[in-house]
Amino acid sequence: MIGMIRRIVLFIGDPANSKKVKKIGIAMLIVTFISDFFVHREHAMYIWDRIPGWGALYGFVSCVVIILASKFYGHQCGIMRDEDYYND
Amino acid sequence: MTEWIHPSVFYIPGAFLLPFLRGRIQKAGMLLIPLLGMASMYLMMRLPHGTYWTWNFLGQSMCFGSVDKLSIVFGWVFTIMSFIGMMYALHVDEAGQHVAALLYVGGSLGVTFAGDYLTLFIFWELMAFSSVYLVFARREPDAIAAGFRYILVHAFGGVCLLAGVVLYAMSGGSMLVGPLEQNGSLAFYLMLIGVIINAAVPPLHAWLTDAYPEGTVTGSVFMSAFTTKTAVYVLVRVFPGAEILVYLGTIMALYGVVYAVLENDARRLLAYHIVSQVGYMVTGVGIGTEMSLNGSVSHAFAHILYKGLLFMGAGAVIHMTGRRKLTELGGLYRTMPITLVLYMIGGFAISAFPLFSGFVTKSMVVAAASHDHRPLVALLLTMASSGTFLHTGLKLPYYMFFGKDSGLEAKEPPSNMLWAMTIAAFLCIAIGCYPKPLYDLLPFPVDFDPYTGDHVTSALGILLFTGLGFFMLLKKLDPEPTISIDTDWFYRKGSRVFMWVASKPVATTDDYVGNIYKTWFSRFTLVFSDIFARILDVRGIDGAVNGIANFFLALSRLVRVTATGLVRHYAATMLIGGIVILGYYLFATLMSL
Repeated sequence: MIGMIRRIVLFIGDPANSKKVKKIGIAMLIVTFISDFFVHREHAMYIWDRIPGWGALYGFVSCVVIILASKFYGHQCGIMRDEDYYND
Repeated sequence: MTEWIHPSVFYIPGAFLLPFLRGRIQKAGMLLIPLLGMASMYLMMRLPHGTYWTWNFLGQSMCFGSVDKLSIVFGWVFTIMSFIGMMYALHVDEAGQHVAALLYVGGSLGVTFAGDYLTLFIFWELMAFSSVYLVFARREPDAIAAGFRYILVHAFGGVCLLAGVVLYAMSGGSMLVGPLEQNGSLAFYLMLIGVIINAAVPPLHAWLTDAYPEGTVTGSVFMSAFTTKTAVYVLVRVFPGAEILVYLGTIMALYGVVYAVLENDARRLLAYHIVSQVGYMVTGVGIGTEMSLNGSVSHAFAHILYKGLLFMGAGAVIHMTGRRKLTELGGLYRTMPITLVLYMIGGFAISAFPLFSGFVTKSMVVAAASHDHRPLVALLLTMASSGTFLHTGLKLPYYMFFGKDSGLEAKEPPSNMLWAMTIAAFLCIAIGCYPKPLYDLLPFPVDFDPYTGDHVTSALGILLFTGLGFFMLLKKLDPEPTISIDTDWFYRKGSRVFMWVASKPVATTDDYVGNIYKTWFSRFTLVFSDIFARILDVRGIDGAVNGIANFFLALSRLVRVTATGLVRHYAATMLIGGIVILGYYLFATLMSL
C-alpha cells in the first residue's frame, strides 16, 4: 500500500509525465462539467442553482478574482513588506 | 453524584504528574491520559443530561459538569484531538511542553462543561496561560516576542469577558451559562468581544496568525485545535442568532483567504485559513437556526481534525528540513511522499471535496444560509471555499512538495508523527464517507443530506475549476519573500509611536537637566571653588567637587539608560500589571455579589 502510494506520487511529480498528468486533469474537468448537466435539481433554491455548469463557472471566476484582488491589495495598498519590517 | 467523571480530572492532575515520569513510562502516560479522557466521554454518553459536580465556593455556586449534546460533541473532539496531538509530540523530550499541552486541553474541556460563567472564566484563563508556553518553548527571539503579544491580547480578552459577566450579574442576569438576551447592553458586547477575540474574528484576530506559526512544531498542532473552537463552543452556547456574527463571519471567511494569497510562511498560511474556516462557524452561529448551529458544531468537529492534520503535515516538513518559507521549499515529493499524501487528505477535507469531512459539514452551514434566505452570504462563503482549495490544497502543497526543486535532503518524519497524521487522515475520510455518527452527535436532529447529485457535481465543479484557475495563474502566485501587515501593526508598530512619544520627552528632559547641571551647577561650583581655593585646601575642595560631579554624572548616565532603554519594559510591565489588577478587582466584585 505504502509502496503504491509512493509510486503514484513519484509518477505525478516527475516532470517527464507532466503531459500525461495534464491530460488526466483536463479529462476530469470535462467529465465534471458535463455530469453537471445530467443531475436532478430538486433542491435548487436560487436561480443560479438551476444553471448547469454554474459551479464550474463560479469556481473559476472566484479563483481568478481572489488571486487578482488579493495581489492588488498586497502590492498596491502597502500591505506586503520586507521580512524584517518589524525588526528594525 | 459520583458516576460522572469530568475528563479534565485526567488532564490537569496528569499534567503535574508527567514531569516525574521518565522514558517509556512518560510516553505511555502521554497516551494514557487522552485515552482516559475518551473513556470518560464514552461513559458520559450513557448518563442522563443535566448538571453534575456543583459546589459552593465563597458563596458562589460553581458547576463543573453541565452535560448536554452540545458539550458532549465538543468533549469528544477535544479528547480525540488531544490523543492525536500527544502521539504527534511523543518524540519530544521536553516535559514542559507536554505539561502545557495537557493543561491547555484540560482548560478547553473545563470550559466545555462549565455550568456557570465563573467556572468558565477560570478555565478560559487556564487555556491562555498554558498555551502561551507552547509558543515560548521554541525559545527564539521572534517566538518569545510573539508569545508576549499573544498573552497580552488574551489577558485583555479575558478581562473583557469577565467585565461583561460582572456587569451582567450586577444587572440581575443569571450566572448560568446560556443564551444571552440580545439587548445591546454593555455587558452583552463586552462578553461578545471577550469571546470573539478567542474566536479570532477580524480585526481582533491578529494574535492567531502572529503566534501560531511561531510555536513549536508540536505545540502549534494543539493551538490550531483548541482556542478558537472553544470560543466557537461558547458562541453557540451563549450567542446563537446574534445577527452581527453573520456579517463578521462572512467577512472573516474571505479575509483569511485574501491574506493566505500573500503569505509565504507555511504555517502562517494555514493560520489564515483557521480564520477563514472559523468564519463559517461564526456565520452559522449568527444565523442561529437549528440547521446552521448544527453546521457550526459539525464544522468545528471536522475542522479540528483536518486542521490538526494540516499543521502536522506542515510541521513535519519544518521538523525535517528546518525551513518554514515556501520560497525556500520545493521538490519534497520525492523524499516525503507519505507526508504529502497525508497532508493532501487534510487539504481535500478542508476544501470540502466529496467523500472528505469538510464536504458534509461546511456545506451544512452554506445550505443553512440559503435556507435562511441569505443568498449573498451563501455565495460569498462558496467563494471562500474556492480560496481554501486554492491555498491549502494547491498553493501550499505545490510550492512545498513540487514546484522548483530546493535540493533539500529530507526524510519522512518519525513514525509517531506519521501515525498521528494517519489517524487524523482516517477520521477525515471516515466522517466524509459515513457522516451519520457525527450527525447523531449534533445538538439538533439533522435533516440534511450532503450527497445529492447536484451538490456533488457543483462542489466538484467549483473545486476543479479553481484548480484550472490556479494553474493558469501559476506565475502570479509564486510566493514572495515578504510579510503582510495585519491588524497586529497597531500594537507592534503603533506601540513604537507610543514609545517614541514616551521616550522623546524623557530624553529631552534628561538633556535639559543635564544642560542646567553643566552650565549652572558646574560653573557655579567652579567659581565657588575658585574663590575658596586660596582659603581652603585646594585638593580637598577639588576632590569633593569632582566626587560630587562624578556622582551626578554617573547618576545622570544611569537615569538616561533607564529612561531610554527600559521604558518599553516599563510600559509592558505596567500594562500587564494594570490588566491583572483590573482582573482581580472584577473577580473580587464578582465574588462579593
